[in-house]
Amino acid sequence: MIDTKHIGLELPAATFEVEKGRLRFFAEATGETRPEYLDERAARAAGYRSLPAPPTFLMAADLDAGTTTMLLDTLGVPIERILHGEQSFTYHAPVCAGDVLSVEARISDIYSKKGGALEFVVKDSLIKDAQGQTVLEVRSVLVVRNPKEKAA
Amino acid sequence: MKTPHRDEVGIGQELPPLRLPPVTRTTLALFAGASGDHNPIHIDSDFAKSAGMPDVFAHGMLSMAYLGRFLTQWAPQTQLRRFSVRFAAITPVGARLTCTGKVTELTEGDGEALARLEIGVIDDAGEVKLVGEALVALA
Repeated sequence: MIDTKHIGLELPAATFEVEKGRLRFFAEATGETRPEYLDERAARAAGYRSLPAPPTFLMAADLDAGTTTMLLDTLGVPIERILHGEQSFTYHAPVCAGDVLSVEARISDIYSKKGGALEFVVKDSLIKDAQGQTVLEVRSVLVVRNPKEKAA
Repeated sequence: MKTPHRDEVGIGQELPPLRLPPVTRTTLALFAGASGDHNPIHIDSDFAKSAGMPDVFAHGMLSMAYLGRFLTQWAPQTQLRRFSVRFAAITPVGARLTCTGKVTELTEGDGEALARLEIGVIDDAGEVKLVGEALVALA
């Protein structure tokens, strides 16, 4: 069982720069072809400062910071046992290429179901702009599949 | 793109579906790099098999990214206030996914008119892969 003493654990803060090349790569990987997501001029014509970060792109801020890997190491969970359970984003301001963001992540809950066969780890992240304003709230729920012999 | 107007949006209204090409291993490799999710279970068949899975399977966030495209083809991204999903089933290589959604509530928040949408991703056998909800600010 994952020790619930880790509830409240703050993961090391990180910075994330929103790069145009990464945004174009993300567009390619997700089949996005609309010009405002690929072409700076089209993005500006659509009212953005530069290429906008698509709605789910900023998961990369968490992932690049390595906090998920760190979290799994801290909790002693092998990566092959995790599934993504839930994901949510609450948007406060648009994020565009060139923005330099800070990421603050913490473990906000740990609980189990099915007699310990499944455990859930809730991670909440605040993503802030260079002025310190929160632009995005991210919540991820990871599901850990435990082998039967480990289940309580 | 025009923001949907509150007078033109009704409860039960369906959004135009987004049909995706079959998920390929190439898609998963590209998405691993672009998204920053390098978990080998999505890109390395040997690893996936050693973890007891029949093969690699798609990142849940790939389907959520498709849902993001789906939502932002209905309303500009700047109107999106909240977007949440629950991952219901694994998406194998070869799956043909479709994003669907409909308006379930018209409400208000922070002085804005909002549409609550029930959204989902299904495969061509009708299996639900993701279910979720979005809040979109209306004009």
